[in-house]
Amino acid sequence: MLEAFVAGTAIAAACGVVGAFLVLRAQVFAGDALSHVAFTGGLAAAAGGVDVRFGVFAASVVVAVGLGVLGTRRAGDAAIGTMFAWVLGLGALFLALFTTHRSGDGNGAAAVRVLFGSILGLTRSDVWLALAVSAAAVAVVLVLARPLLLASLDPQLARALGVPVRALEIAFLAVVGAVAAEATQAVGALLLLGLVAAPAAAAFRIARSPYAALGLSAAFATLAVWLGLALADAEPRIPPSTAIVSVAAAAFVAAQVRFAR
Amino acid sequence: MVDAYAAGTAVAITSAVLGWFMVLRRQTFTGHTLAMVGFPGAAAAALAGVPIAAGYFGACTLGALALGGRRLRDTAATGTLQAVALGLGVLFVGLYHGLLTDVTSLLFGTFLGITDGDVAAIAAVSVVTLALLAAAGRQLLFASLDGEAARAAGVRVELLSYGFVLLLGLSVAATSQLTGALLVFALLVAPPATAQQVTARPVPSLALSVALALGVTWGGLALAYDSVYPVGFYVTSLAFAAYVVARAWRWANA
Repeated sequence: MLEAFVAGTAIAAACGVVGAFLVLRAQVFAGDALSHVAFTGGLAAAAGGVDVRFGVFAASVVVAVGLGVLGTRRAGDAAIGTMFAWVLGLGALFLALFTTHRSGDGNGAAAVRVLFGSILGLTRSDVWLALAVSAAAVAVVLVLARPLLLASLDPQLARALGVPVRALEIAFLAVVGAVAAEATQAVGALLLLGLVAAPAAAAFRIARSPYAALGLSAAFATLAVWLGLALADAEPRIPPSTAIVSVAAAAFVAAQVRFAR
Repeated sequence: MVDAYAAGTAVAITSAVLGWFMVLRRQTFTGHTLAMVGFPGAAAAALAGVPIAAGYFGACTLGALALGGRRLRDTAATGTLQAVALGLGVLFVGLYHGLLTDVTSLLFGTFLGITDGDVAAIAAVSVVTLALLAAAGRQLLFASLDGEAARAAGVRVELLSYGFVLLLGLSVAATSQLTGALLVFALLVAPPATAQQVTARPVPSLALSVALALGVTWGGLALAYDSVYPVGFYVTSLAFAAYVVARAWRWANA
């Protein structure tokens, strides 16, 4: 339980900070796609007998940089979607390879585990990895926050002021890839999407400045993890990821209703 | 095998046309989310002991109503809806016990195990979807390309917006229930995206989209027939290859 709490808090803070920029840049779909890339990378590593974590991180960071180079904004969501569909197809292949050659049970339980994660099954070393990746991700985003904010809100102005918009986008997406990989292998792709989208959207409804939104988003995500874990602890039939996502979504809906514009 | 080809053909044509509008309207994320929303619906139906199809359609309709009026840049609401849907799906599966193997078939499909009844159902959905698109296609195209001008010209943009997402949701639900969400999503996005890279003129672009979808579906089925690996892998790989070629061709001619 302590492991779940500490790792969950670290991942939530990172998801909240990264999510704020994803929501601002209307790139939540990229985060969603990268979590599935992580899933496929993990399955590929499992099928090849390599450390799953290596596959997860390598795949999502490489694809994230690739998306940045292609330019997700210019190429649009169809480019992400097309890549995404192929990655899912590869996932199906690696799942078939894995279940026939490695696990032997052939029922795809491994895929379910990767997709939905198990925050309650984390070990001490998982916690250290979560802390390290989350701290690094938050630090990088905070360092880049000012130019990235300008590049996100007004790319033309940013370019005119000499901000390297393209390089910033690539760096940001690489961070998203790392966070997606960490969250996916530790707590599941499902939780990543919930923690990236809902708290940030709620924060932007309430906060009066972008920096306040950044902090509020991380706070909401963390709170969602704490309340969700408590909820799942009180009612064991509710999976923790469902509880956490539900709390985050409730915050989103409440902010939409209360702070409707 | 004949059933798989028949179902694949119907799904390919419908997805290529429906997806063409989806890509044009930049609603790929919405389409993907609607494909996922059926999962908790199906799991809830299994839990409640009602027909799975009722759960699928009910969940997709609710999802479409929630997303229909969303502005295009509002990806956060779409992401939240998808996360909640998956979260509820896990909850229902956990409560139901023993649906675990079905999750994989739900996500990745059991295309080769399709029956005559499934084919008839898919064909019916395809005919209805294509008929509706044929009836509203011209106005939908206008509204998708220039919402302001369309509204000024008396086109009911809001109604079309909800109607299109609802149709997308229901069609995706009906077909992905039988062939898996992965395949339907791949056919919805990749052939239209490829066709729109090649030409912006609506009729040739639509025709190319349909031709590509048929090509990758038939090719994928043929390759998978003699292989132990899943159909979804072959179809998505062929579709992605076509997209890369189209991007390269466009880049070379730019």
